[in-house]
Amino acid sequence: MRRVRMLVARARRLAGRLNGDAAYERFVAHRCSRHPGEPLPSRREFWCGEVERKWQGINRCC
Amino acid sequence: MKRLFWLAVAAAGAYALGGLALHRGESINALWIIVAAVCIYALGFRFYSAWIAARVLAIDPTRATPAERLDNGRDFVPTHRWIAFGHHFAAIAGPGPLIGPTLAAQFGYLPGTLWILVGAVLGGCVQDMTILLLSTRRNGRSLGQMARDELGPVGGAAALTGTLVIMVILIAVLGLVVVNAMKHSPWATATVFATIPIAILVGLYLRNWRPGRVLEGSLIGVTLLLLAVVGGGWVNASPTIRGWFDHDGLTLAWFVIGYGWCAAILPVWLLLAPRDYLSTFLKLGTIVLLAIAIVIAQPDIRMPAITQFVDGSGPIFGGKVFPFVFITIACGAVSGFHALVASGTTPKLVASEADVRLIGYGSMALESFVAIMAMIAATLLDPGVYFAINTAPGIVGATPAAAVETISSWGFPVTIEQMAALAREMGEATLFSRTGGAPSLAVGMASIFASTFGESLLAIWYHFAIMFEAVFILTTLDAGTRVGRFMLQDTLGNLWPPIGRTSWYPSVLVASTLVVAAWGYFLYIGVIDPNGGVHILWPLFGIANQMLAAIALAVATGIIVKQGKLRYAWVTLAPLAWLAIVTTTAAVQKIVSDDPRLGFFAAARDLAAKLAAGTLPPERAAVAPQLIFNQQLDAWLTGFFVVIVWLVIADMLRVCWRATTGKPVLPSSEAPYVPARSAA
Repeated sequence: MRRVRMLVARARRLAGRLNGDAAYERFVAHRCSRHPGEPLPSRREFWCGEVERKWQGINRCC
Repeated sequence: MKRLFWLAVAAAGAYALGGLALHRGESINALWIIVAAVCIYALGFRFYSAWIAARVLAIDPTRATPAERLDNGRDFVPTHRWIAFGHHFAAIAGPGPLIGPTLAAQFGYLPGTLWILVGAVLGGCVQDMTILLLSTRRNGRSLGQMARDELGPVGGAAALTGTLVIMVILIAVLGLVVVNAMKHSPWATATVFATIPIAILVGLYLRNWRPGRVLEGSLIGVTLLLLAVVGGGWVNASPTIRGWFDHDGLTLAWFVIGYGWCAAILPVWLLLAPRDYLSTFLKLGTIVLLAIAIVIAQPDIRMPAITQFVDGSGPIFGGKVFPFVFITIACGAVSGFHALVASGTTPKLVASEADVRLIGYGSMALESFVAIMAMIAATLLDPGVYFAINTAPGIVGATPAAAVETISSWGFPVTIEQMAALAREMGEATLFSRTGGAPSLAVGMASIFASTFGESLLAIWYHFAIMFEAVFILTTLDAGTRVGRFMLQDTLGNLWPPIGRTSWYPSVLVASTLVVAAWGYFLYIGVIDPNGGVHILWPLFGIANQMLAAIALAVATGIIVKQGKLRYAWVTLAPLAWLAIVTTTAAVQKIVSDDPRLGFFAAARDLAAKLAAGTLPPERAAVAPQLIFNQQLDAWLTGFFVVIVWLVIADMLRVCWRATTGKPVLPSSEAPYVPARSAA
């Protein structure tokens, strides 16, 4: 049972990274480990910045 | 044991391919194509890509990638290889591999299928993987920047111009496909219109209500999209409401142009980003569903292996099988556009150089498989039905009676009753001359889905397939217009700096209007053309896309030779030579051919003569001057593509010659070696 729960948790983590749900958590973890003490953007500020950045370049094809 | 397995894969692939090539009969099961394709991709991935990775690219897992060195938690993020694979595949897979094979099926299933398989394994996959690695080694630099850094300013300028032009043609042709799918189809139009408020709703959800919860927002959006498909059926059934959504091509074209302009100037979070999430979920889900359905349904291919149209007399587009099958199917075999995604966004996610094989080569193999499925969906239709849907009234005649007579005279029998019954089943008023590829693909997909999951839902499946194509065509349209706008602002900024500020509103308005006007012009001409427009625009797009691939492969070849690996340069040089031959032959034929169905100038002369003689019906005479001008413009544009390709090739050969004779060349722009953490 514990193994099943662990597998489910792992699948959810992977899915979160695949669809972008986990982007904010990953960013926060990165900031905390590399630049501790610096102010963090809120989830909404982070989202707005990311969406704007992502669509500056070519990331969709024919 | 492993060797035995790969021997078995090779034997199965050879057997299936041999069976396909030698089969001559009424019909053949689609499983032969599926087995041949899967075995060829598996062998290409296991052996050819591994060899290229080891010998040509010298992939080094101990070398830190930019994602590791420059990790910022935003765009530079070391990402698990399967997740990067998913992101890269979602980025490269668009409507191209669905439409190209559908149109190329006029030659029969065999030429297109062979080109998709061989082109992908030896060309497209190699291009994607090579450019991905070269860009990863250069901190995710774009193709244009790499061309400038490694070849010189000529290559760089050519790559930039090529990208801008291909964007314009791509958006125009995709816009035309959507317009043709919605033309006089209230169900399709209502469903496609409904995707806009749904995307805006999801945009608000992701920004204001539950920031960044992509899965939730997308699930709500996809559910609403499915409801919109069903709701379109109700609209279609209501005599009053259906009139609101029943429009001719020109009205819909103006709508698409207006939509594109709004989407380019609205904030991305409102329309573009949420639409992209929806289209990605829908795209991946539908592709998986289609693969499952094809394997379960095992449909028979009814199109002959090779039709008489290989001689150049094809009704959907003119030109012989060589070079035109290689132009028509770009995405799915070799697509230059991929080089733009493989340099820029994806390299910043690569966690280890060892992953480049899976992400670059593997994603393209999967995209090629999507093209194979589109080919199956097109060729499982009765050939008579396929031609009745895909041929313009200018070719087969404006009335159903004329169309069935012409098509049956080609040896592909079809009747008015058969077409009427099919249209009724699909919930459409008519399926005659629904050019562009989307309706015929939707009929094919609906047939596969219905025979797997229940016959009663044919009309729903048909409109689901139309909505599925429209959603990501509109995403490409939004995203392409935006990127075109940035590139234009960047270029114009050299002349007058304020216009280069991408967030300065007057500059945004001017640049967006210019980009939309450019593709809107081609879309408008495509809609008023009685021959359907796709027969002009799609070959133009194919030539432009292969031109971009030639530029990418030239950059790769130049870098490989500069690294002193002349003896391995054939890996990229061979596909480059093939594309150069194909695009040049096609372009020359499009420019100088005397056949008005093939040559642009010949078509302009033909139309001008008819106009002068007064033999054109009044409605055609009214648009003839515009069509004549457009044919001439297309000829010049095609000539421009050829000049660009040969400029870059000449520049590459110059660099290679200097490198091999020991003369100074531009230094390598590769980032210096830093050991990866995993290697330390």
